[in-house]
Amino acid sequence: MDFRGSEQPAPAAGPRSEDALPATAAAAVKVVIVGGFGVGKTTLVGSVSEIRPLTTEETMTQAGVGVDDTAGIGDKTSTTVAMDFGRISINEELVLYLFGTPGQERFWFLWRGLFEGALGAVVLVDTRRLEVSFDVIGRLEERGVPFVVAVNSFPDTPGYPVDELRAALDLPEAVPIVMCDARERASSRDVLMTLMRYLQTLATTREAS
Amino acid sequence: MSDAGGRDWEDSPERLYVITGGRSGSSVPATLDLVTLIMARSGPKPGMQPEHAAIIRLCDAPLSVAEISAYTGLPVSVVTVLIGDLLAGNRVVARAPVPPARLPDRALIEAVIDGLQRL
Ligand SMILES: Nc1nc2c(ncn2[C@@H]2O[C@H](COP(=O)(O)OP(=O)(O)OP(=O)(O)O)[C@@H](O)[C@H]2O)c(=O)[nH]1
Ligand SMILES: [Mg+2]
Repeated sequence: MDFRGSEQPAPAAGPRSEDALPATAAAAVKVVIVGGFGVGKTTLVGSVSEIRPLTTEETMTQAGVGVDDTAGIGDKTSTTVAMDFGRISINEELVLYLFGTPGQERFWFLWRGLFEGALGAVVLVDTRRLEVSFDVIGRLEERGVPFVVAVNSFPDTPGYPVDELRAALDLPEAVPIVMCDARERASSRDVLMTLMRYLQTLATTREAS
Repeated sequence: MSDAGGRDWEDSPERLYVITGGRSGSSVPATLDLVTLIMARSGPKPGMQPEHAAIIRLCDAPLSVAEISAYTGLPVSVVTVLIGDLLAGNRVVARAPVPPARLPDRALIEAVIDGLQRL
């Protein structure tokens, strides 16, 4: 072995062998976790992920990479936006990825391919700052991305009845609202389960109509 | 959000431009999603661009575009260009993500529910 290079940072490491997906993994789906600064997105991703959460990044111009940049490559006001994500192997063939959006909301909808093809989204809210969720809920509705609302409970979070939250967020009756503790794996899992059951309902309604 | 300061050549637009030969993500097949799983057909060949070789080594087992970006430390748009090259050269295969959200297949959702239940 050669230790001479040991002062160098490790080269692009790969997944640990126990994190490798089986060769049978054939398809992947994604769910996006959105919500304001510090509401617990990273915590939720980390608590259910089977791998230590990873960070992916994208370079965006002020106008947004991917939104057809008529400005061309001349535009140098680019920003690097990072997003963390985790992974859950559903079975031998299917993998679920969870993406936790970065704090800055203005980038969420500029990240090409983030919401496209997502099964749905979880809007994580903190009842002390509900207003940060108004815009994102509107945008998800506009784009037809199905979502559920998960209320993350912090020690000094006032408890509101679900009806009041629904009214405050102006949510249709059908959209599920669940309480959660993003630090708890089971609780985060239940949030995802709520989203999946909701998607199931939507699919059934569609088939019936 | 990543830190704004302290970035040098490693993350500079110039370096990323060099890696992709100046091509931007828009030339990439639209089929490459963040969660498209990529798998190498064989090991890296001598003389390959180091970034191509690195991706091939990573994709020894199926790996998503997002994970390739995370492990290489390259932005997704750069990684998709590089994977596009490897796809064109038949070095890797892409397993397409499941079709769009609009019409999630009931069986697919059922499978996800079953999987989550086992967590
Ligand atoms: N009490 C309590 N604390 C939580 C919960 N979820 C997250 N936290 C704490 O809240 C802080 C912020 O959580 P993060 O997961 O980093 O929040 P985030 O939404 O990813 O934050 P940004 O990425 O900065 O927008 C951390 O100190 C967490 O430990 C929760 O359910 N209950
Ligand atoms: Mg975070």
